[in-house]
Amino acid sequence: MTDVVMPQMGESIVEGTLTKWLKKAGDRVERDEPLFEISTDKVDTEIPSPVAGVLRDVLVQEGATVGINTVVGRVEEAGGSAAPAPPAVAEQAPAVEEQAPAEVRPAPQPPAPAAAEESAGPLSPLVRKMSREYNIDLKQVKGTGAGGRITKQDLENYMAQQGARTMAASVQAAPRPAPSLPAAPPPPLEVPPVPRAEGPRTRVEPMSAMRQKIAEHMVFSQRTSAHVTTVHKVDMTRVAKMRGQHKEAFRQRYGFSLTFLPFVTRAAAAALRQFPIVNASIEGTNILYHNEINIGIAVALENGLIVPVIRDADEKNIVGLQRSIVDLSTRARSRQLKPDEIQGGTFSITNFGSFGSVFATPVINQPQVAILGVGSVEKEPVVIDDAIAIRSMCYLALTFDHRLIDGALGDQFTGHVKHILETWAEEIL
Amino acid sequence: MRICEVTDLGMMGYAAALGVQRELVERRKRGEVADQLLFVEHPHVITMGRNGRSENMLAPPELLERAGVEFHETDRGGDVTYHGPGQIVGYPILDLREWKRDVVSFVRGIEQAIIDALGEFGIQAGRLAGATGVWVAGAKVAAIGVHISHWITSHGFALNVDTDLSYFQYIVPCGLTKPVTSMRKLGSPAARPEVMRAITRAFSQVFGLDPQWRRND
Repeated sequence: MTDVVMPQMGESIVEGTLTKWLKKAGDRVERDEPLFEISTDKVDTEIPSPVAGVLRDVLVQEGATVGINTVVGRVEEAGGSAAPAPPAVAEQAPAVEEQAPAEVRPAPQPPAPAAAEESAGPLSPLVRKMSREYNIDLKQVKGTGAGGRITKQDLENYMAQQGARTMAASVQAAPRPAPSLPAAPPPPLEVPPVPRAEGPRTRVEPMSAMRQKIAEHMVFSQRTSAHVTTVHKVDMTRVAKMRGQHKEAFRQRYGFSLTFLPFVTRAAAAALRQFPIVNASIEGTNILYHNEINIGIAVALENGLIVPVIRDADEKNIVGLQRSIVDLSTRARSRQLKPDEIQGGTFSITNFGSFGSVFATPVINQPQVAILGVGSVEKEPVVIDDAIAIRSMCYLALTFDHRLIDGALGDQFTGHVKHILETWAEEIL
Repeated sequence: MRICEVTDLGMMGYAAALGVQRELVERRKRGEVADQLLFVEHPHVITMGRNGRSENMLAPPELLERAGVEFHETDRGGDVTYHGPGQIVGYPILDLREWKRDVVSFVRGIEQAIIDALGEFGIQAGRLAGATGVWVAGAKVAAIGVHISHWITSHGFALNVDTDLSYFQYIVPCGLTKPVTSMRKLGSPAARPEVMRAITRAFSQVFGLDPQWRRND
């Protein structure tokens, strides 16, 4: 076995991240063929195998960062150490191992051919190859060549002779538990197991802490609130035009893009002032009206989501809201939010439209009583005064807690948000 | 001094340029060619490195397609980045065994070459600790992502000369939420060819190379 280590890719480098194994355990690898990749500071480096052979052990998983000279894997050299085997034999070597079930790591026993060689003297490459191919224990074969050497003919005779016995043995032996098998002559010719589908059917992986929290939170919310979702169709043409007009200037001035989200947030904040019960929570049999309007914005992460909060959202204009959204969502993605930035929300907005959803039914972020879902803004043919016009349309879905908010109020609130967006008058820049 | 052949491939699609690179890498491995510095300008393309995280792609594929932006996964280091017209993309294919067997020094060297080149145009650029690339006043002007195989380098850097920076809105460049900038935005009217020449001079200086311009026929 040859150890493969994390190489030192420069004087100042003390560790590296193994980003990808280019071979799996059990794969053949040639000398100098890329075996894995490491990453150090914007540089991906392919690390070649030091020897030809079979990758036996993968000791460091992808994504792990380890110090230089750490053994990351082991390659079993082709042909073993006895004598350099000719290439033809080397290529056959893995075949023997593959007959074992895939999950079983090779037992740390000396390779069979080496042992056979001791007892039977030098073997021709052909005999070695055949013995491996047919998994023949050479100790069982009587050699008739010079000095008792095993010849091809000997192998063929042996196999012909064993054929019938093996078939009988394996049929009989199959139903019996292994220990009761007669120990003396091991079945010399194994029937290869039926090839299995790649890997097991399931894979067990513990949930991340974040995933557990999300799961808990979602079920808790479903159990707590009486979820009802109402959907309003909103004509965003006016907002889309304003956005279109100011997009360039906005980016030049502030360095980030203007999206639809701050418009919806601004409209929701105004509507929450109008309908304080949507900006409330339930505590026992009391209603808590929140004087602050703190709007949570759901941010999708690679493996989860988080809802950072824009505090006093009603006091911010479009620029301020867009800035907060960009800042919070980017820091959410780089895991740099402070704990108080994900607490204290009184209402939430989720922008599934950015993933192409037209409308969805979001789950309330407890202990809040409502969440507004924003669908994608898309141009659609719309009938206005019996004429067909092309308008930028968007579905707003409000999920509210029916324990506290009745359908009529939920629709009044959403209708108010819609009205503000459709008659947008506020200047942006 | 070691020779470095410098070629401007002009406007070339990402996949085609990758093909040229790969072939030269193989030939460099076999010692059939000298060190190479390729310049290219790509049509709009977003590429994702081996360490790329899809959350740094802000736009869905359909939107990219509508905006005429290609998408490629690739084997360089680093996260997601954008290439497009107005950018000088440089692909050095060097055998680091003939310079220093040190990948970090190589990256620092590329940074130095770009910093020196920008200096010729009156732009004071520098480094940002922990964030590979070339930065001016907190904004990134050049991105770096490198691949190494048998000590032969490929991929490299992308310097925004007069790039339309709005295309960066589709991504979180390199997973960093810092602004991007261009030489044009920084007030330099410099055009591609002169910047390419400045980079070549600075690059040759840093890596001790004798640059020989080749025509791309």
